[in-house]
Amino acid sequence: MPATFSRKFFSRSFGIHFARRLAQSTVLVVLLIVFNFFIIHIAPGDPVDYLAGQSGDQEYYDLIRAKFGLDQPFLTQLWVYLSSVLRGDLGYSLSHQQPVIDVILSRTPATLMLVIPAIAIATFSGIVLGVESARRQNSRFDRFVNAFALLGHSLPSFSIGMFLLLLLSLQFGLFPAQGATSANKELQGLGYAADFLLHLALPCLTLVIVQLAQILRIMRTEMIEVLNENYINAARAKGLGEERVLYIHALRGALIPVATIIGSDLGMLLSGAVLIETVFAYPGLGRLMLEAIAARDYPVLLGLLIITSVSVALANFVIDTIYPLLDPRIK
Amino acid sequence: MVGNELANNQNPLWTSIFWRLLRQDRQAAVSTVVLGIFLFAAIFAAFVSPLDPAKTTNDTFQPPSSQFLLGTDDLGRDVLSGIIYGAQTSIIFGVLVTLTSGLIGIAIGGIAGYAGGIVDDFLMRLTEFVLIPPRFFLALVMAALFGTSLFYLVIILSFTYWTTMARLVRAEVMSLKERSFVEAAKAGGSTPLRIFVFHILPNALPVIITQMMLTVGGVILLQAALDFIGIGDADRISWGSMLHNGQHFIRDGWWMVLFPSLALALLVLALNILGDTINFVLNPKTRSSQIDRAV
Repeated sequence: MPATFSRKFFSRSFGIHFARRLAQSTVLVVLLIVFNFFIIHIAPGDPVDYLAGQSGDQEYYDLIRAKFGLDQPFLTQLWVYLSSVLRGDLGYSLSHQQPVIDVILSRTPATLMLVIPAIAIATFSGIVLGVESARRQNSRFDRFVNAFALLGHSLPSFSIGMFLLLLLSLQFGLFPAQGATSANKELQGLGYAADFLLHLALPCLTLVIVQLAQILRIMRTEMIEVLNENYINAARAKGLGEERVLYIHALRGALIPVATIIGSDLGMLLSGAVLIETVFAYPGLGRLMLEAIAARDYPVLLGLLIITSVSVALANFVIDTIYPLLDPRIK
Repeated sequence: MVGNELANNQNPLWTSIFWRLLRQDRQAAVSTVVLGIFLFAAIFAAFVSPLDPAKTTNDTFQPPSSQFLLGTDDLGRDVLSGIIYGAQTSIIFGVLVTLTSGLIGIAIGGIAGYAGGIVDDFLMRLTEFVLIPPRFFLALVMAALFGTSLFYLVIILSFTYWTTMARLVRAEVMSLKERSFVEAAKAGGSTPLRIFVFHILPNALPVIITQMMLTVGGVILLQAALDFIGIGDADRISWGSMLHNGQHFIRDGWWMVLFPSLALALLVLALNILGDTINFVLNPKTRSSQIDRAV
């Protein structure tokens, strides 16, 4: 596989594919910003409210009006907005007294600490459980996995979070209920790390359940489908061990659709993370969003929309790009 | 029952298959009952609800008891009554948004599939574009900017939810428009709109109905999430806003978050199972489907 991978990667057709995807994604990001501009202008009320946030004084509003050229022709305004966002200027948050991009970036690591382990754990266990339940179709194990997936898929992330909070934290006291660290303890080194991980456990577990339910069902259906293919029979006929057939041959065929799902699910995952954070008062982007809603800090909300949209576009770009490298059917 | 009449019909309609399946499939039968209970509670909320869900009393933080079956909240409001009226909110949003977004999706998918060429290209790029911003963040920002009256929120949620339907209808139309009965209608001089509505649409109904069924649950979750995060209309009684309020008092009254959460989970689970069953009956060739969730 590595040989094919690098051969494909350096091929001419891949270069063309890459360049085209890159161009498409760039256009997409520009359009996303244009779209944001349109919502600001279509929304009832003065656009300056949304560009400045609702706690400024007259002087500040005049400043913002001048900055975004709100007395200029429409296209000039669009250009000013587009070029400033593309430069990374998402506006200024009055409630934080900081540029929006800095506010968002300062809260992002906490959310990533939640999202990245959750994706890793959910993907890994989703693959293993999906393969095993496809292997034993209609067994008790399979039905249990299916029921779990259906349940996890129907419950909203914040409800799962609150169930876990009620049960594991408030009832049994196994985990701290809120925050990212214990504020009342002076901890250092390993103690601090342990405390941090304990706080991370429940929100992360919640996100894992949400994501695992998604991956499980797709993984199972894909595996069942792949296991009916001729090349699996061929592998078995060659006398390969069942584990090898399942985890090397079949998995490779089933993983490709799963990879695209992980990319398109990123938006859902980020939304889930933000909601879960508010359940556990975890200080990431979720708390930032709550504060922004309370303070009517529109630049922060709009900034979050742009950042999350661009992340999804980027994830799609990466997955679309590597897709032909993974799929053996594409030369 | 309707099922028996249809079963006697020489044309084995899908409704009859569905009824037969309900009798065999315990999950689907239970889900239908659960959905029925929620619908009944929502429609007859004024009669079923023991108390006025918005009325504050001095009985604050009462745990579940014979007087208050599911307890009371921080302002002494009855949780059970809130859940009954909340069902109204969830179902109204679920149904309205599903219908509106369904119509948008059918129109866009229909035009794209029927017209083909540049129009198709443009509309499909548009669909892909709308799919990029996470639904929750998009709906949240638009709700913050436009307001969260019933009208605006239905429009906003519909705007974020039409894409899947558009893709499905486009695919259906593209395969159906090559069929001989469409050719015949064309030769007979029918207008494209007439062909679409009377010849293509009826044949695309299985896909459309399944997708609508699966949209309701997703919309209900998204609307609840918006209320939960606190962007919704504070005066509107909904499970999301009960949870928004309840999570501040999770230590004082577990019933304030447990019961609205259970209601939400139960309704969406029932819709999900029924959607799966309907999908199985109507589109036997397609694989298992899932609600279009955003949160």
